Amino acid sequence: MLQLLHDLIAFFEDSALADNIRENDLLFPLIESIHVVAICLVVGSILFVDLRLLGLASVHRSVSRVAGGILALTWSAFAVALMSGGLLFISNATKYLANPYFVAKLLLIGAAGLNMMVFHGISAKDMPEWENKARLPLRARFAGGLSILLWIAVVACGRWIGFTMQVH
Amino acid sequence: MFDVALKELCNWLAATSLSHTIQTVSWIIPTVQTIHILSVAVLFTSAVLVDLRVWRLLDRDVPASDIARRFLPPIWPILLVLLITGSLLIVGEPRRSLLNSTFYLKMALLAVALVLTAILQWSLSSAPKVPNKNARWLAEHFAATASILVWSGILFAGRWIAYTQAG
Repeated sequence: MLQLLHDLIAFFEDSALADNIRENDLLFPLIESIHVVAICLVVGSILFVDLRLLGLASVHRSVSRVAGGILALTWSAFAVALMSGGLLFISNATKYLANPYFVAKLLLIGAAGLNMMVFHGISAKDMPEWENKARLPLRARFAGGLSILLWIAVVACGRWIGFTMQVH
Repeated sequence: MFDVALKELCNWLAATSLSHTIQTVSWIIPTVQTIHILSVAVLFTSAVLVDLRVWRLLDRDVPASDIARRFLPPIWPILLVLLITGSLLIVGEPRRSLLNSTFYLKMALLAVALVLTAILQWSLSSAPKVPNKNARWLAEHFAATASILVWSGILFAGRWIAYTQAG
């Protein structure tokens, strides 16, 4: 299984596409800039929902209306971040995988996703009963606070990758 | 003449004790950059949400003026955080930005973006007072579209500073 993953990564890293991103002076910063724009929209929009959960913003709107107005933007931006991030990754896959901040960033994104699933699947089962209140139950505030911390850590790791890896 | 003065400013900044601290303590620059990017994320998302609402792409059940009132005013205090963290980054590595044309492009785009934000904030919140409906529609849609493009340009320029720095 691990061998398969290893071969798959090697296949992409040796592809002409990865070679182009590595060698072209313009392509890497261009994809990186798109990645930054997408990440900003992902993190910014999630932060607004988290602030609503914490009772610090948009308290006059219900949780589902705040989330409903924003999540389309979050998911579209996440798709762009994932694709641009994937392209940056295959250009130097071996080096990225050896970088602890890169691995930490992936794990933190996974943790943020898990936090979201736990919130939607378990904590928010009775959401219609409390979602209009300004002050939400502890489990909702906890999910919001944890999400903010995880995404701040994701951005920090992203920045630290740039200082601990010399790709260019 | 201007070039020489700018280089002297860089040398002077780089020789200050604050700059020395920023240069030698390795976690300061990435930390300040992280705060800078997180602030950019909030500011950029706020602007984009208002721009998308102007184009009726989200939150159609709420008047655009409400969205503008929720998301545009916080832009100004966040801008202050960006100016402080940005200044610290300049003091730490003055030549990286002050001798870099991409940095000046970013600042010029920022000035345009702020004017567009002020126009949107004014127009959306003073809606009933403006007499000419068509002119207002045109101004708001133009400002919203330009706002997304100019803010994206600022983010691109920000990333590009790292690739165009002098020596």
